[in-house]
Amino acid sequence: MHIAKFVAAALMLGPALAFSADMDVNLVIRDHKFEPAELKVPAGKKLKLIIDNQDATAEEFESHELNREKVIPGKTKGSVLIGPLKPGKYPFYGEFHEATAKGVIVAE
Amino acid sequence: MLGAAIIVFRETLEAALLISIVAAATRSLSHRTRWLVFGLLAGILGSLVVAGFMDKIAQLADGIGQDIFNALVLGAAVLMLGWHNVWMARHGAQMASEARSVAKSVQEGRRELSAIALVIALAVLREGSETALFLFGLASGSDLAMPAILSGGALGMGAGAGLGYAMYRGLLRIPLRHLFSVTSVLILLLAAGMAGQSARFLIQADLLSGMVTPLWDTSHILPVNSPVGSFLHVLIGYDARPSATQVIFYAAVAVSILVGMRWARPRRAPTPA
Repeated sequence: MHIAKFVAAALMLGPALAFSADMDVNLVIRDHKFEPAELKVPAGKKLKLIIDNQDATAEEFESHELNREKVIPGKTKGSVLIGPLKPGKYPFYGEFHEATAKGVIVAE
Repeated sequence: MLGAAIIVFRETLEAALLISIVAAATRSLSHRTRWLVFGLLAGILGSLVVAGFMDKIAQLADGIGQDIFNALVLGAAVLMLGWHNVWMARHGAQMASEARSVAKSVQEGRRELSAIALVIALAVLREGSETALFLFGLASGSDLAMPAILSGGALGMGAGAGLGYAMYRGLLRIPLRHLFSVTSVLILLLAAGMAGQSARFLIQADLLSGMVTPLWDTSHILPVNSPVGSFLHVLIGYDARPSATQVIFYAAVAVSILVGMRWARPRRAPTPA
């Protein structure tokens, strides 16, 4: 009961509740690899990570360090809000192609 | 092939454990299996449809369509699980005492079972659509042969289902008068964990603020990708780095369900039959 109201409110008030990100950061998936594989970002900022999957197949962006997971279908873009991050390294990977799709976000 | 099996296993496990718990919780209701199977089939069919439209869903609302979809599916499942627990608080004692003669409450039982079927369909829909998308991708995009993909998928699904079945058998060993208390606690934690997950989807979509991120970090003690960590993640919503908002959702749902169960409990304990 609680949650339905909460979700409904969040959806309706979406624009009002959203605390939009400080900056956009772009990441491309091509041939089951992330480009760039190392992404430098400023610490302490809210970032909108825009993941452009140029492959024909889906990928699941996943990072335990960032506590994020999101499926990005082939030939689509998805956005994931991250941060504000403390300085440090935050590895991420593509769960559907774990052998090749690896990367790290470096917050400094 | 093993890689495919592991991914399918992970996705299957969550739905399999949920099914095993609700199957045990509804064991003495008539026509229960029929409803469970109906929920499962509806979920599988739905996940194929959703997987087919996933690229459309993903592009909705500026790239956060899927997060909204996931949050809604989880929210609906939380509602149904909460309803189940409240229902059980009212009828559990009666069901435990007259396990073989619940026929008189078939009408009521039907509403309860339709809620349970919906929960199963939603859980399977969420996990299944991602699994289907992954398998579609393997089939279309890689040099893996079809038999390898299918056998990998079947292996993973079989292992997940097997673990769910083991959990179900384990639950059935609990004497009936305690069983419903145990399943109610499990379902309470499962629902709270799902609420926390749904908050995470809204946060990563930037629809909600995480407030304090992370509120704590226990990843060096119990990482969520370790076997125990991921089992606890599925079962009670364990998260090694939750945001404050996730924890608030978790607590709010846990408390709401508890209050609902307390409120629904019959005033006087029914006399044992």
